[in-house]
Amino acid sequence: MNKELIHLKHVSKSFDGQLVLDDLDLVIHENEFVTLLGPSGCGKTTTLRIIGGFETPDEGQVIFDGIDITGLSPNKRNINTVFQKYALFSHMSIAENIAFGLRISKKPQSYIDDKIKYALKLVGLSGYEDRRPDSLSGGQQQRIAIARAIVNEPRVLLLDEPLGALDLKLRQDMQYELIRLKNELGITFIYVTHDQEEALTMSDTVVVMNQGYIQQIGSPEDIYNEPENAFVADFIGDSNIVDGIMVRDKLVRIFDVDFPCVDTGFGENKPVDVVIRPEDVILTSPSASPLTGEVTHLIFKGVHYEMEVTAKGFDWLVHSTRMYPVGTSVGISVDPDNIQIMNKPESVDEEAVPVDLWTEQEGEENA
Amino acid sequence: MKEQFRKMTYPYVLWISIMVLLPMLLIVLYAFTTYGNETLTLRFTLQNFRAFLTDTTFLQVLWRSLVIAAVTTILCIVLGYPMAYLIAQLGDTGNIIVILLITMPTWINMLVHTYAWMGMLQDGGLINQILSFVGIGPLKLIHTTTAVIIGMVYNFIPFMILQIHSSLASMDRDILNAAADLGANELQRFLRIILPLSVPGVLSGVMLVFLPAVSSFFIPRFLGGGQYVLIGNIIETQFLTAGDWNIGSAISLIMVVLIMVSIQMTKRINQNERSQG
Repeated sequence: MNKELIHLKHVSKSFDGQLVLDDLDLVIHENEFVTLLGPSGCGKTTTLRIIGGFETPDEGQVIFDGIDITGLSPNKRNINTVFQKYALFSHMSIAENIAFGLRISKKPQSYIDDKIKYALKLVGLSGYEDRRPDSLSGGQQQRIAIARAIVNEPRVLLLDEPLGALDLKLRQDMQYELIRLKNELGITFIYVTHDQEEALTMSDTVVVMNQGYIQQIGSPEDIYNEPENAFVADFIGDSNIVDGIMVRDKLVRIFDVDFPCVDTGFGENKPVDVVIRPEDVILTSPSASPLTGEVTHLIFKGVHYEMEVTAKGFDWLVHSTRMYPVGTSVGISVDPDNIQIMNKPESVDEEAVPVDLWTEQEGEENA
Repeated sequence: MKEQFRKMTYPYVLWISIMVLLPMLLIVLYAFTTYGNETLTLRFTLQNFRAFLTDTTFLQVLWRSLVIAAVTTILCIVLGYPMAYLIAQLGDTGNIIVILLITMPTWINMLVHTYAWMGMLQDGGLINQILSFVGIGPLKLIHTTTAVIIGMVYNFIPFMILQIHSSLASMDRDILNAAADLGANELQRFLRIILPLSVPGVLSGVMLVFLPAVSSFFIPRFLGGGQYVLIGNIIETQFLTAGDWNIGSAISLIMVVLIMVSIQMTKRINQNERSQG
């Protein structure tokens, strides 16, 4: 891992008495593509704006390359931002937009001209110097916003849902563009999005946030394959989250059926959340599995079929390349590797669990 | 469906025809005909225009009206812009209250304001009492150009402030954040971003101040005194006192043309601003 570049230390922020960030601690490394991912209102944009200097945290510090920049205004930070709605200067040409930061820092004209040419080439819009922002499409405007930011050679580029306003195809193209750009520039990207696919595609590190808290930090693979809690599992991709009892190590009971799994260390007869991705559910003939159900919905999705199988009152989401018509009785089985066990949320009132179970497990939980 | 909507506009078309179009046509008709002609024996003439354009007094009055309206407009920009800027910095609640305070005077008839200013600007009026108290006065205010301009600025400045304010308030916060992000300090943000982006607001303010100021007639009459005549007063006199509707119509028509030209010029400036920065 590269050198530590940004450290948010115990950052809290509230707006109108509403806590948006609660004691947030986050380390971002040099040359890392970090994505802050979460539903709206989770605090991801506020975190980005605190790094950019547009918001001041109520508590805590922002450390940039070893220096406390908590109170530093945005114009004095070696950080540039790409805004969600581009925020181009409509009264200036494209060249003037890109030159804005360089003119402020009084760079010589020849340097500015070179930089404009270089930046436009980098974002694939050479020859657009004299156009006006409002004559460009959304995707082109976003590229100009990126060009305008990177000519200042920031050490960190902040991107606030930059692809949110673009259509699907363009969004996918731009994802590859951004990865290429980041590799070419060799700087840190901090990217905010609510789109989990975007986060998984581009990031080195994904920070999943909800309600002002960081839920999980990890590589895209970690986040997808080993979600730490039900929120992450539910937010990243589709998943079946079912109540289970961890009978003992490597054996979990779901709907009174025992499934072998690979997880250990949860104790015995302990209630847990079990996450199974829809593509990991294997449908078999009813005789081949003790857990049986009936297909209730079927949708063709192109790459696979999406089915809903009702078994013991739970609707299983299943992705499979094999089609089972609605009404078919099927058996449900899962490969032990693909069963992900998670602890139940710690607070008691979130789940109604029999009292004797709790008292029974208390000792092991602490151990 | 579309046909029915069109039918719904008929009453309005009729209303506009009777209340706006017909009077306009009558003014044109009066302007190009001679005094005292019968309905069926119209005698067309350009004499009305010639009378106005060859009379140096009339032209001086026209010039004076344009100058006073221009001074009023400039003062409204100079005084109104900082006000609008400060309002835009206020929070939501403060914003609403101050806008309300600025708008409130316009709910009352301008004539009432002007009467109030007559009282305040008199030799022994409130303004002169204050001026004497601080040792500057008393000054001769009522029936001077100063009084006319004070009255006009007072009456028309709300329109300027509101126009500038709405162009400032509709500015995307992130545009300013972007400028700050790119290194611009507060002064640079104002000069390079806020000021140029608010030009359309200033221009529409100019239209709302300059046009009524140039044709105003009761402000110069009450605050400028009897001898202080602007173009609006001449038109009023021609219609009401002299009874020469033909000359009055001709002058009105000249004013309409001047106003249309100035609107076009403003639009042109606005477009250049947009396409060239």
